[in-house]
Parts: sequence; C-alpha cells; structure tokens
Amino acid sequence: MSANRANCEHRLASLAISIDNGLMQYLDSQAPTLQGINMQIPAGQWTCILGRSGCGKTSLLRHLAGLLDQKVVWSGSLRMDPAHAELKDQVAYMAQQDLLMPWLSVLDNVLLSTRFGESAKSGFFVKNVRKIHAQKEQALALLEKVGLVDNASHLPQQLSGGMRQRVALARTLMQNKPVVLMDEPFSALDAVTRYRLQNLACALLRDKTVVLITHDPQEAIRLAHQIYLLRGDPSTAELLTSLVSSTPREFDAAGAQLQQRIMARLEYDDDE
Amino acid sequence: MTNKMRCKSLFKVAVTLCVILGLWQVVVMVFALPSFILPAPLEVFEKLVQRRDVLLKHTLVTGAEILLGLLLGLCMGLFFALQMLLFKPLKRWLLPILIASQAIPVFAIAPVLMIWLGYGIASKIVMAAIIIFFPVTTCCYDGLRNTPSGYLDLVKTMGASKWQRLRHIQFPASLPTLASGIRVAVVIAPIGAVAGEWVGSSEGLGYLMLQANARMMIDEMFAALFILSVFSLALYFITDKLLKKIIPWGVL
Repeated sequence: MSANRANCEHRLASLAISIDNGLMQYLDSQAPTLQGINMQIPAGQWTCILGRSGCGKTSLLRHLAGLLDQKVVWSGSLRMDPAHAELKDQVAYMAQQDLLMPWLSVLDNVLLSTRFGESAKSGFFVKNVRKIHAQKEQALALLEKVGLVDNASHLPQQLSGGMRQRVALARTLMQNKPVVLMDEPFSALDAVTRYRLQNLACALLRDKTVVLITHDPQEAIRLAHQIYLLRGDPSTAELLTSLVSSTPREFDAAGAQLQQRIMARLEYDDDE
Repeated sequence: MTNKMRCKSLFKVAVTLCVILGLWQVVVMVFALPSFILPAPLEVFEKLVQRRDVLLKHTLVTGAEILLGLLLGLCMGLFFALQMLLFKPLKRWLLPILIASQAIPVFAIAPVLMIWLGYGIASKIVMAAIIIFFPVTTCCYDGLRNTPSGYLDLVKTMGASKWQRLRHIQFPASLPTLASGIRVAVVIAPIGAVAGEWVGSSEGLGYLMLQANARMMIDEMFAALFILSVFSLALYFITDKLLKKIIPWGVL
C-alpha cells in the first residue's frame, strides 16, 4: 500500500509556484486590482489566501487557472518548479458551486475531464475500450474514497449539498493534476458538513500543491501550511504565517489567537 | 399515490367535459337552435361516426403537415440559433430576418406560398414551420447563450475546445430552455397548417371545415374541429411526456 502510494507520488511530480511582483489589471478598469504580489507557493502543501469579498482573491485564482487570459493584463513573473510551458495545463479548479452537470450521472460527472484535452485522445472513430474501462474503474475508486460509490448512477439533484461537493472533489482528483486551485469550495455548506469535507479534502489532497481561497480565517487555520492575506486597494499579498503542525488541525487556543490576529488585520484594512 | 392522483385529475377533466357538453346540449334544446347554427353534441358525435372514413383521410393529411412542419421548423430554428451563437457578427444580420418573419402575419404570406409551393402539402408544411420558427430559435439561442459561466470555466480548465464545450456543455445545458420552445411550437404549429389549408388546398381538416361551412354542414365542421383539438392536445401531452423523460433535470 505505502509502496504503491510512493510510486504514485513519484509519477505525479508536485509543482511549486512563485509569483514575483505580480500586477493585474482588468482591461475595462482604470486601476489595477492586484499590485506587488509576491508569493511562494511550495510544492505539496496547502497555501491559503485570505481576504475580504472583492479584494481580488478570486481574480488571482482565476488568473492562475488561465480563465482571465482575454480579460486582464498581467505583468510580473510567474515561475513553476519544475518548469512547464503553461500553468493552466497543470491545474484542476474547484469552485464554490459544485458545478455538477445536471444531465450527467454522478459517475459521468467524475469522468467529465476524460472527455476533453489529452485524456480524450484516442482512435478517431474507434474508442479505446480498455482505456475507457480503466478510467471508469478509477472514477469508481475515487467515488469509493469520498464515500459515494453507491450513488454512482444517481443524478446530482438527488444528492445533498455536501454529497455534491464530495462528487466535485472526486472529479477534481480524477483530473490528476499536481496543482489544485480551490475557490471557497466549502463556504456554502453547513458547519458540520464543512468540517467533514475539510478533513476529507485534507486527506485526499495531501500530495498536491493546493491554493485555497477563503474568507473564513478558521478554515485557513485548520488547513493551511502558509496563510497569505490579500488586502489594500490595489490589493497586495502579505505572508501572515507558516504553520508546521499537521493538518487538519483541531481548534485550540493558539488557533483562536491566530484567528483574532487575522481578524484584526483584516479589520484594520477598513480604516486605511 | 401518484396513480391515485392521476385518476383524480382524470376524473376532474371528465366531469368538466361532461358539464360543458351537458350545458351545450341544454342550450341547443332550450333555445331550439337549428343545427346549421349550433348542432347538438350528439349530432356532432353522430357525424363523427358516420363520416369517419372521410375524417380519417383528412386528419392524416393535416397530421402529416403538422408533424413535418414541426420537424422543419425545429431544424431551421436550431440551425439559425447555432449560427447566431457561433458567428457573432452574423447575428446582426440574422436577427432582423428573424423578427421580420414574425412581423409579417403568416396569413398574409400564405397566398404567395401557395403560388410558390403549390396547393399540396408542401406549402402547409412551410407555413407551420414559419410560425414555430421564432419561438424555437429564440429559446434555443437563449438556452445556448445562457449556459452558466461556471460550467464553461470548469471545462475550460479541463482543456475543452470550443466545439467540445458546445457539444458537451452548452447543448445539453440549453435543452430545458429549448424544451419550452418546443412546447410552444407544438401548440401553434397546427394553426399554421390549418391556416394554410384555408387559403388554398384540396385536402386536410381545414379544407374539410371550409367545405362543410359553405354547405351549412355545421355538424361536420364541429366534428373536424373536435378532431383537430383532440389531435393538438394529444400532441402536446405526448411531447410534454417525452421531453420530461428525455430531460429529467429540467425545472419545468
């Protein structure tokens, strides 16, 4: 089991990202949204970006996912280690909404990424039956991991919010990319469901480079290895702290203090 | 439970129908209306049985016109909607045509269509197609255009090309909206077909009604009208059932 896993990790080389002096401005806007962004996103760790609504944290994430190519001007360097041509080919994206296609079954939703890009390439007319079978097996295994293998044939609307986000998590894992970008994926869930999903995501995304955007300091403290604050106008990123203990963390006194500190910082933003 | 409810609603429909027919019969009897003004429902029913061969023949013609018109209108609507979606500049050219096709009353172009396409079934098919063209096109276009942007963003990060996005995301996502367009189309397509038959034809329920009217055979006219209503209703409910089966995730 552990040998198998090490093998898997080896194949899926993790990826570090560093951003130097990043500046981002929407084409239809007068002022830049983000300025002087310096961030080190280490490989195989969780980096949380905290900020209030409208601070540009989603814009930053969408830029990393390659979704703003026609809408923003970006200057500054964005390096990957090991180097790749395009960051957007290395990322899987998980949004606040589960974005499950209502016309596809749970299993087909997990398999969605296999219809596009590299993994969809097969014979022009003849589909590679063995490959499709292997992909299906893999998707079922992932559904097993998120505890929804019995719901594989259901339609998404038959599931609860938490179950749907678990399917989305399985779909993200199916993409098998070294970097996972998460945009407040747990924020629409109730407290207990959110807690469980954080634990599950933490366990399943352990080897990945995760960039998690959130406005909830508690979530950042539970999951992050480093926490960046995004604030100001235009927003700049500030490394708040690096946490070394293993995740997911329990709620404790140190966490509460850190949370208080974060709140104070974010609140201070208001007076500027 | 659902079966029981279905029985109940069916029962309600039957009662409503009986009451209307009863009132109709009573009105005819009380006011002693001659059958060339308002025939009693029993007379209409009698005619329905008596002339079933003729009625069936004309029903088949009108039915074929409606169904083929629907098919043609749907294909045209889908085609136009796709063109407008894929080639943005084309939209500015196509939209006026689309609106003009609705601004000109279909009755007004019917005589021209008769001259161009003859008195046969073709002109009626085109009439039905023209009348449903607008709702189908706009619904399909709106459905395609209003795909939740989150879906598109997600598959973009999965590396989907423009065609893959259209085929795997935009098209299925537009189906519920398209379905409401089809529901409207199914209801109004018979209008186009029958209007075409009124303007000029040698067969079909519209032709039969016109002939019956001219010869004061109002009971036969009512019989034809009855068949036409039943056909339209059946078409609507079958389509609705089918759409619900094919698109189980739709909100409607």
